[in-house]
Amino acid sequence: MTRDTIAVFRRRPPEPTPAAGSVTTERVVAAPAVSVQSLSKTYESGFQALRRVSLEIRRGEIFALLGPNGAGKTTLIGIICGLVMPSEGSVAVNGYDILRDWRITRSLIGLVPQELATDTFETVSATVSFSRGLFGKPPNEAHIEQVLRDLSLWDKRNDKIQTLSGGMKRRLLIAKALAHEPDVLFLDEPTAGVDVELRRDMWALIRALRDRGVTIILTTHYIEEAEDMADRVGVIQRGQIVLVEETAELMRQLGRKALKLHLKTPLDEIPTALAHHQLELSADGMELTYTFTPEASDRSGVAHLLQDLSAAGIAFRDLHTEQSSLEDIFVDLVREQS
Amino acid sequence: MNFYGVRAIYGFEMARTWRTLFQSVVAPVVTTSLYFVVFGAAIGSQIDEIDGVSYGAFIVPGLIMLMVLTQSTTNAAFGIYFPKFTGTIYEVLSAPVSFYEVVMGYVGAAATKAVMLGLIILATASLFVPLQIAHPLWMLAFLILTATTFSLIGFIIGIWADNFEKLQFVPLLVITPLAFLGGTFYSIDMLPPVWQTVTLFNPVLYLVSGFRWSFYGIGDVSVAVSVLMILLFLALALAVVAWIFRTGYRLRS
Ligand SMILES: Nc1ncnc2c1ncn2[C@@H]1O[C@H](COP(=O)(O)OP(=O)(O)OP(=O)(O)O)[C@@H](O)[C@H]1O
Ligand SMILES: [Mg+2]
Repeated sequence: MTRDTIAVFRRRPPEPTPAAGSVTTERVVAAPAVSVQSLSKTYESGFQALRRVSLEIRRGEIFALLGPNGAGKTTLIGIICGLVMPSEGSVAVNGYDILRDWRITRSLIGLVPQELATDTFETVSATVSFSRGLFGKPPNEAHIEQVLRDLSLWDKRNDKIQTLSGGMKRRLLIAKALAHEPDVLFLDEPTAGVDVELRRDMWALIRALRDRGVTIILTTHYIEEAEDMADRVGVIQRGQIVLVEETAELMRQLGRKALKLHLKTPLDEIPTALAHHQLELSADGMELTYTFTPEASDRSGVAHLLQDLSAAGIAFRDLHTEQSSLEDIFVDLVREQS
Repeated sequence: MNFYGVRAIYGFEMARTWRTLFQSVVAPVVTTSLYFVVFGAAIGSQIDEIDGVSYGAFIVPGLIMLMVLTQSTTNAAFGIYFPKFTGTIYEVLSAPVSFYEVVMGYVGAAATKAVMLGLIILATASLFVPLQIAHPLWMLAFLILTATTFSLIGFIIGIWADNFEKLQFVPLLVITPLAFLGGTFYSIDMLPPVWQTVTLFNPVLYLVSGFRWSFYGIGDVSVAVSVLMILLFLALALAVVAWIFRTGYRLRS
């Protein structure tokens, strides 16, 4: 960040001015939860972690940011939350610029960091109350209690943080992030190290937050979570956004289905009458795999295939279909890019 | 201004003080008592009065300054260094608190603690030697100004330090020697002329001298000079803080 921008960042009082381009209050109200414009970040080491990233997060959605280690997810979140200085580009939260209106944007945002950084000797409830105060909110015992209960930490409220397990600490960080009732919640790998049951609870909580109107941006390496939870996914790769799509749409477009047929008698090769179908024969000749995208045109392909099979006198004992997961899609994408 | 934010940081730091009350109060009290036994009673009985003040009483302001200087520096340095070390600083950096509000919280707490400590040592000293305080308000003013200035210096050290050695380097190898050589245990009149001149370059001399003046109305330099110097140090420390603030030095990558 240049000296000039810091001067702007620091000296000007946070007035509720809309971000560049937005002139009226209504437009601020209608602005996306997060709007990232050509954002770049070059660390002091000279390493460029983000390259002209542009991204819009809609209000009230759950957005999953996926990407391999070192892709720039934490850097992107860090810039939006005020931990990392952007090198170029701009970010607006609910229409407020993160540098010019930093006080407003930061009080709108809650952050659960990737690293388990917690105090040691403080009690659970003290640290959550501290977070609320730090973000400029007057004390509210009832809200703190609600948050602690939601995260199954109420029984631990008087315990010192050092006595908590790793998964409890992760939940404590979520409680701290929720203490000031943020509009936009960033969760950097929230479920790392959390057991299955609590993970389910956590997802239920995140859905409930979304239903209350909180916008949620999360990163995860458990892709099935993104598939289950996220309204949209974005894939970041080497500092560039390579894809942003509705989860359902992505599954529809890129998700492949495979129809597997277990034959009664083995085949030596695929009969020529069936050559125009996309078929693969297993090495032992007992299984035929038909791959298709689950769209209407292709679905009729299944009917044709079955007709052709019976015409060719090929009988099968059993059949089942498999659907490629977001993980497969993701792996394909990442492989394509590299 | 984020009042609740400043209060949260201040409260957090003060809670740390209460939690470590024993080590943060008992240790300095024991140390000070030892100084009184050694310098006040054992050696002091061999030393003449200085400007009409018994040696035991003479060293009280210096001892308080010595403790306040070292404690405010180390405490403030640790206060901001520790969250950097454990990573919990992320929360302060992502919060709607300005750098000045962060400084107010951390430095305010460190200074409060140092002032409390100074008063406790003063109370302890009164058990050993008969004390008089000629200018109580000035005494408090010097105490508060010194505690604030050196808490600011400690804060700067805490931001600058990226390992524990650096964190301890300045308090141990700069502040403590300067405090010892700044007329804590002697009047500079007792030194040879050359060393008197050298000592005038020691900033701590002005603090101790002014503080001692508030007790006994005597000092190595005039009280106006002392006041000017302490205000100068405060301004310098604030200037460095402002510089850190402008450049984001070592807080945000
Ligand atoms: N302070 C820093 N100085 C220099 N380079 C950094 C710094 N922080 C991160 N990087 C580099 O920037 C790149 C992106 O890091 P980032 O932490 O954003 O990745 P990520 O997508 O969150 O990865 P992960 O899935 O492992 O958490 C990495 O190559 C990393 O080494
Ligand atoms: Mg990361």
